[in-house]
Amino acid sequence: MRHAISLGAVLYALWLLMSGHYDSLLLSLGVASALLAVWIARRMETIDKEGHPIHLAVRGLTYAPWLLWQIIKSNIDVARIILHPRLPISPVVFSTRAGQSDELGRVVYGNSITLTPGTVTIGLEGDELLVHALTRDSANGVKNGEMDRRVRRFMGED
Amino acid sequence: MEGSALDTAVTVLSWACLAIGGASVAVGAIGILRMPDVFTRMHAASITDTMGAGFILLGLALGHGFTLVTAKLFLIFVFLMFTSPTASHALARAALHGGLRPRAEVEGKGFEKEAGSS
Repeated sequence: MRHAISLGAVLYALWLLMSGHYDSLLLSLGVASALLAVWIARRMETIDKEGHPIHLAVRGLTYAPWLLWQIIKSNIDVARIILHPRLPISPVVFSTRAGQSDELGRVVYGNSITLTPGTVTIGLEGDELLVHALTRDSANGVKNGEMDRRVRRFMGED
Repeated sequence: MEGSALDTAVTVLSWACLAIGGASVAVGAIGILRMPDVFTRMHAASITDTMGAGFILLGLALGHGFTLVTAKLFLIFVFLMFTSPTASHALARAALHGGLRPRAEVEGKGFEKEAGSS
């Protein structure tokens, strides 16, 4: 129920932001569509910790800036490789362990790896991630486990 | 006077962000041309996805002032951050499934199990 209420609130806030019209007709149409969406989501049984993770909202405020900074740093690394005359790549495929206890955490970790240029998650089975890295350096950036630790803290496991 | 100096600063910052974003998109395109196989090309494409799109959206937000449009641009950025890794992952899986193998050094078990060919 808690998740349903917060999903409704988030959907309605989204409606208000997107529409920009605040007369009573459009406001009530917004309420109707938010309720319809919540009702459908309830029938599909997708409203739970995984489908609507409100418990992550606060810790996300510290994880997101850290991830953005990592993305900018690895963007510069990859851009330098692309513009280097000899194209110094050393592609490597390796598997690494995801330390998160549930699927949501592992997906967050896998997607964070994919978001940082230079590393792409190409497989996830159980708690093992298969990663393709552009260079040995970018591979080591995943292997040192800092991002794994950060995602565990983000999921509230440390 | 104070206000117009600030306006100039924000405009310069906005154009700087747009220039960085545009340059990132160009670098991503050059990378796609230079990289040897589909997996390494995906790394180049992710520059366009993250830094290119991010800085262009930031530049647009700065240039437009603080309105509802800012919120919409921010939402576009958030949705991109969720959808682009999903798309990259699907692309990599499709390439593996279609029988492409990365020209890469393979450590450990590798990807034969992943592709379901064992």
